[in-house]
Amino acid sequence: MSAEQGQRQIRCLVAKVGLDGHDRGAHVIARALRDAGFEVIYSGLHRSPDEVVQAAVQEDVDVLGISILSGAHNTLVPKIMDGLEEYGSREDTLVLVGGIIPDDDKDRLREAGVAEIFGPGASMDEMIDYIEANAPERR
Amino acid sequence: MTSGGEESDAAESDTSALEPLIADLLDGSHRALARTITKIENRSPGYRELVSQLHAHTGDADVIGITGSPGAGKSTLVDKLAATYREAGLTVGVIAIDPASPFTGGAVLGDRIRMASNVGDMDVFFRSMSARGTLGGLSTATTDAVKALDAFGKDKVIVETVGAGQNEVDIVRTADTVVVLVPPSSGDDVQMLKAGILEIADLFVVNKADLEGADRTVSELREMLQLRDGEVEVGGHHGFAETTVDVGSGRSEDADDADPEGVEPWDPPIVETVANRGEGIDDLIGAMDDHRAYLVDSGRLASKTRTRYAEEIRTLLREDTRELLAAEIAARGGLDERVDAVAARETDPYSVAEDILAPLADCVTERRERRE
Repeated sequence: MSAEQGQRQIRCLVAKVGLDGHDRGAHVIARALRDAGFEVIYSGLHRSPDEVVQAAVQEDVDVLGISILSGAHNTLVPKIMDGLEEYGSREDTLVLVGGIIPDDDKDRLREAGVAEIFGPGASMDEMIDYIEANAPERR
Repeated sequence: MTSGGEESDAAESDTSALEPLIADLLDGSHRALARTITKIENRSPGYRELVSQLHAHTGDADVIGITGSPGAGKSTLVDKLAATYREAGLTVGVIAIDPASPFTGGAVLGDRIRMASNVGDMDVFFRSMSARGTLGGLSTATTDAVKALDAFGKDKVIVETVGAGQNEVDIVRTADTVVVLVPPSSGDDVQMLKAGILEIADLFVVNKADLEGADRTVSELREMLQLRDGEVEVGGHHGFAETTVDVGSGRSEDADDADPEGVEPWDPPIVETVANRGEGIDDLIGAMDDHRAYLVDSGRLASKTRTRYAEEIRTLLREDTRELLAAEIAARGGLDERVDAVAARETDPYSVAEDILAPLADCVTERRERRE
């Protein structure tokens, strides 16, 4: 803890959107990211896309992890992406989606600007490595 | 100012890259505000120039510090306060500080979850910060982040933090009005409060006032405040030998924040709230407004601000000196050999420190003499 001067810390927002009450996974991920040395902001359950955008912009997170298990990803994720765009935060936010996403939908989400999708069985290390390698360089 | 002083190309492009951020911030860009706070937190190269430029635009916000033990209901109260201010047409900035892991530096910042009343309202700017364990640095970062919110044009800036330890006390000290939350039935906690937090509280809030024990906590607090003010009245019948201070001596210097003109001291009110139901919030805001009015009328606000700036300058100097010393130690090949010598009883820590500092002290003295 000696070299904090000028040190950058990766900030992540772990967000649960929509009518989906399953947050065990989000909790586990939040903890794992914390233990990896990241700063994690947890949104809490049942957030609307607007709230997620508000949190992502105000907290100036490097990574936005959206957890969706409800199947509404095709509606909710693009709304979040549009919101980020509106505030000029889309470019430098790494957006990840976690949950059960059918293969057919994955391309659509990627087109919408999602960087990576982690389904069931994805390992925590994989996710952390991905974030460390891809967290956007900030000027 | 240590970094970008030279007129090199790098420094040049650096400053020209920074100014637009401040321009955007002053223009009302939320993202620019968020990014500025990030730079402040990370101590990114050039953050000092940013804060320097912000300073001219600050001074209009009321800064409120809220502290209390974990679970006292700080975040919920802040949420309700923010919502009430918004109804009155005021804009609000919130900085919520949570602890970080001393091992990994990671943190889960959960205060945002409680901000349920202000969802989708961008005029409440809520920012979570982790206490990253920088010595004294956290209060500097908080002060600077408050400046960013102030310059952005927020009417009210609320700083929320767990009231444990000197660091925390330093943070809330940066506020004009300090609110201390006390949960009911916390008799022993109240005893603990005596030590540090009590002296800095301008207002006490007994939150969760619907719970059992709230009345008792209120009366305990009241008694404690009376003890502090009047000492004598409790003198005989409790047998608190250590608290019965001789009133004649000591009492006059004791008044904190020193008001030389002999202004009437502020008597901290105790407000009862049930934050999650929004009860007592108006009373609290009323009490805070009273305190604000008192600060302005008594001229204390001005003297407080001056003290704060002096403190800020000192803190910055301390930090800079530390860096200077770190560089000096590194230039002399680190401390390892000296530590070995100390361990072998060949020398002692005081001598080592003196040895390292002496040339710096000489240099300073020489310069000063030359100027005179």
